[in-house]
Amino acid sequence: MPTVSVGRDRLFQRLGNDYTQEEFEALCFDFGIELDDVTTETAVIRKQNHQDNEEVGEDEEVIYKIEVPANRYDLLCLEGLARALRIYLGKDEIPVYRVSNIKCENLTKVHVKPETALVRPFVVCAILRGITFDEARYDSFIDLQDKLHQNICRKRSLVAIGTHDLGTVQGPFSYEAQSPEQIKFVPLKQVRSFTADELMEYYKTDNKLKAFLHIIKDSPVYPVIYDSNRTVLSLPPIINGAHSAISLQTRNVFIECTATDLTKAKIVLNMMVTMFSEYCQEKFEVEPVAVVHSDGSTSIYPDLSITNMKVDLSDISGSIGVSLPEQEVIHLLKKMQLHTEESLSQNGKSSIIVSIPPTRSDILHPRDVMEDVAIAYGYNNIPKSKPKCLTMGGRQPLNRFSDKIRAEVSRAGYLEVLTWILCSHEENFSMLKRANAGNAVIIANPRSSEFQVVRNSLMSGLLKTLRHNKDHAKPIKIFEVGDVVIIDESNDVGAANNRRLAALYCNVYSGFEEIMGLVERIMTIVAKPHAKSTEHYYEPSNLAEFFPNRQCSISFKGKKIGNFGIVHPEVLSEFKIQDPCSFLEIDIQSLL
Amino acid sequence: MDPAKAAENAILEHLQSHDEIPDSQKFAASSGFDHGVVENVVKSLCGSRTIEANEIKEERWALTDEGKSYVDSGSPEVQFFRALPSEGEILMKDLEKKLDPTVYKVGPSAAVVNKWVTMRKEKREVRGSTKPETIVYVSRKINDVEDKVKDLLQKVEAGEAVDEKDVDALKRRKLVIPQTWRGYSIRKGPEYVLVREKAATDLTREHIQRGDWKQLKFKEYNLSAQVQPIQIGYVQPLLEVKEEIQNIFLQMGFEEMPTNNYVESSFWNFDALFQPQQHPARDSHDTFFLKVPSTTRQLPEDYLERVKQVHQSGGYGSKGYEYDWKRDEAEKNLLRTHTTAVSTRMLYKLAQQKSFVPKRYFSIDRVFRNEAVDRTHLAEFHQIEGLICDRGLTLGDLLGVLEDFFSRLGMTKLRFKPAYNPYTEPSMEIFSYHDGLKKWVEVGNSGMFRPEMLLPMGLPEDVNVIAWGLSLERPTMILYGIDNIRDLFGHKVDFDVIKNNPLCRLGLQ
Repeated sequence: MPTVSVGRDRLFQRLGNDYTQEEFEALCFDFGIELDDVTTETAVIRKQNHQDNEEVGEDEEVIYKIEVPANRYDLLCLEGLARALRIYLGKDEIPVYRVSNIKCENLTKVHVKPETALVRPFVVCAILRGITFDEARYDSFIDLQDKLHQNICRKRSLVAIGTHDLGTVQGPFSYEAQSPEQIKFVPLKQVRSFTADELMEYYKTDNKLKAFLHIIKDSPVYPVIYDSNRTVLSLPPIINGAHSAISLQTRNVFIECTATDLTKAKIVLNMMVTMFSEYCQEKFEVEPVAVVHSDGSTSIYPDLSITNMKVDLSDISGSIGVSLPEQEVIHLLKKMQLHTEESLSQNGKSSIIVSIPPTRSDILHPRDVMEDVAIAYGYNNIPKSKPKCLTMGGRQPLNRFSDKIRAEVSRAGYLEVLTWILCSHEENFSMLKRANAGNAVIIANPRSSEFQVVRNSLMSGLLKTLRHNKDHAKPIKIFEVGDVVIIDESNDVGAANNRRLAALYCNVYSGFEEIMGLVERIMTIVAKPHAKSTEHYYEPSNLAEFFPNRQCSISFKGKKIGNFGIVHPEVLSEFKIQDPCSFLEIDIQSLL
Repeated sequence: MDPAKAAENAILEHLQSHDEIPDSQKFAASSGFDHGVVENVVKSLCGSRTIEANEIKEERWALTDEGKSYVDSGSPEVQFFRALPSEGEILMKDLEKKLDPTVYKVGPSAAVVNKWVTMRKEKREVRGSTKPETIVYVSRKINDVEDKVKDLLQKVEAGEAVDEKDVDALKRRKLVIPQTWRGYSIRKGPEYVLVREKAATDLTREHIQRGDWKQLKFKEYNLSAQVQPIQIGYVQPLLEVKEEIQNIFLQMGFEEMPTNNYVESSFWNFDALFQPQQHPARDSHDTFFLKVPSTTRQLPEDYLERVKQVHQSGGYGSKGYEYDWKRDEAEKNLLRTHTTAVSTRMLYKLAQQKSFVPKRYFSIDRVFRNEAVDRTHLAEFHQIEGLICDRGLTLGDLLGVLEDFFSRLGMTKLRFKPAYNPYTEPSMEIFSYHDGLKKWVEVGNSGMFRPEMLLPMGLPEDVNVIAWGLSLERPTMILYGIDNIRDLFGHKVDFDVIKNNPLCRLGLQ
């Protein structure tokens, strides 16, 4: 869940109420956001610099860190958060976002060159006219871009936002893709000009920007936006030019979003303009920009049109479980920024047409509208009911069987352990004197060596557990019932779990007979009633992890289902165990 | 007789006629018992309160081996003196053969110092040598001598007082060394008897057969002694809690799902749940993808097509995510990040049946996240999941079933917070008021599965699925007050933690 940092006092001022922290937390809880942390500007800086926490000065501005739902991009800045809460509290009407009425031929144009398709095919733009920044608004403007980049833009890979002082550049603009050495400009925060390939080298050591280089690094052409004087506006998704940088004095802002995903680019552009058109001369009015595609067609952005969604009232009431009259539904939806256009009645079925504003890209289905009604109604106000369906409880036979085996082995005096499925390559193979025979599942992207392989035996888990408890009083008798995973071509995913029992005996002597006694006990109790014999037998085996001539395989109904024996001293030494051990592992799935 | 029994008798007899045995060492020496034996008897008699004993501890002198040898045969100077004839001289050389080497070495000089003997030296020519030879004759000066050294050594051995100067002399000659001395002063105890009855320690088969348990006195138990641990087997605490939660589900009519498939395709883990392909959870930072087997071999084609459509262009009343859905992404194998992948398979199976039957399903099993690990998060943990699938289920039903479920876990005060989850709508986080922590803590997530997830499966339109999930580890850690997850789960768990863990009391209220 993304977190938004807002000044508490500024937020409360906008909400027109001086909440106590408890009151504000309660409001957040009902609305579905969460006050995650309360801090101050200097505390944040101190934390960034890894300084010790000093006392917080009383006059410092208190910052609220608020967690918002991951699909509510309209809550990622103070402006949007305050707007949504004011409407929720009934203090504001739902704003109408509109594009200014300019004839098509007078629109600022962006020409898209066909080469952009090779690297970053989409661009959408808009202009905020007559905007007034102050320090807080400016910071919030920059911050929202950051938040969008981190979330919906997937770290700029899907969408990258560039904002420019329109007064410093001259349209029409052109969106091109050129080879890196052809692109040369002075980037933001620099005084000399770089070619794009120089920049890619230069930013390798930049803590913030190095994370984005991979997006275009291997492309033969890099995306670039020029104005009519060939001034570089930006090298998306890496950096803007210094020339067109916005400042507190900027009055007209040109916003461009380049993307590999057009839907998300449109959403991102809409978020930027709906949030900050609040500060325009004409409040909530945005000047559109014409994007002229290489095939000559034109698209005009932003698309602030309202979408209408038909929602059955019975679906709302029926899914929430509360009977709500139409007027109440309309009132509740209004609190969530959803305006009801009209009511319909057809064949005795009532429905409403709800208009979805461009800020609510999260609404995909009438079910999302139903959720907003439920939130506005209050989840905690919904009367609790009981599902009426009559069903029978039941266990999976394999799991119930496993529990019976567990009970039997613990009755035999063994202590149950629970180890991890993931282990290192070494632990699964070489430490057990085994080679990778290709039947184990291997992880492609382990974060550390602990998570390289999905175990195909329970042995290393028990030996690791013993190692951590080797000073415990002897004898040590431990066991685990759990799944291993084996490559299995007959299964849809190509691998299958196998339920195993493993037991380990450790003492000053090997305890082979103890383990064999346990095997015999298990084989005795799994015999089916009236079966003539238990249908199992032991044969000498020759596995590397066991001591030669001190090991057996277990066969059941003609199938080898497990092994037991004295653990090989070389295996013990790999696990730094000094005492002799006997070990058993058996496929209990075959015994079911 | 057994020396211990003899010593016991001697002590008790002595106390019959005396108030006290002031020194157990002296007593042992005079009665001919080894003090070690006497010491054990004293302890045993104190245990039955027959006697009372005070320990005496002091630094005393003890004889060295050399000193001990002189107690019997006399000091070397006296032995030397006695070896001389009562009258006349004797050649020193002849004495050397008669005496012990130590005595021959030490005795003569001490006897000369004591003025007991005279030495006369005479030079004699040796044939074939220019150097004359010195020969020594010894004779007694006095008729008889007193062996003071031997007397002193005897006194030291018996623990009697000896003059400090004399001790110093003995010490210089290395005949005595200092030693910590331990003994007891002994008096009658409250339960004093002349002959102690031996208290029986245990009731045996012989006692019952002979019937003598009626007369026998049984030794008191020492209840403050440490209790001997018994040899038994133990079950893992986390799995104990798992079992109780399973019981809750069973009582509520839920059927367990088969979750023994850790390897899953992205399709069943994400796509079928209407989780878009660019969703952050599908990042390699969050999910374990597989090198072997890297892709899934088989997917249900018709269903896959419907899933693709609903992502790309919507349908079933949804506008979809409007992006280019890729089959390659869906085929990527992974370790399941949630058991909801299994729920999805189960619901799909349910949708393929001829007529719809309502179901309540549950599972508790392992899931995997490629996230940073810390004291409360591991790369693998257990997810508890419950779901109900039926026509016309409501959000109120979800609240009601959560109330039932969590109250059985001892969480009776619940509140619900709106939340976001890609495959549930509405989504609710579940908070419970914790009396110990005095605050609301998040205990789980819940919601109704999205129509975009259910309808492509082929479930009827009026069927809703309400579901919830939580981890097994978190409530268990809260239950047992464990603050590091590795103390509960994994190979670093201490056996003593497993052995001493109290019963899981869930379901006993």
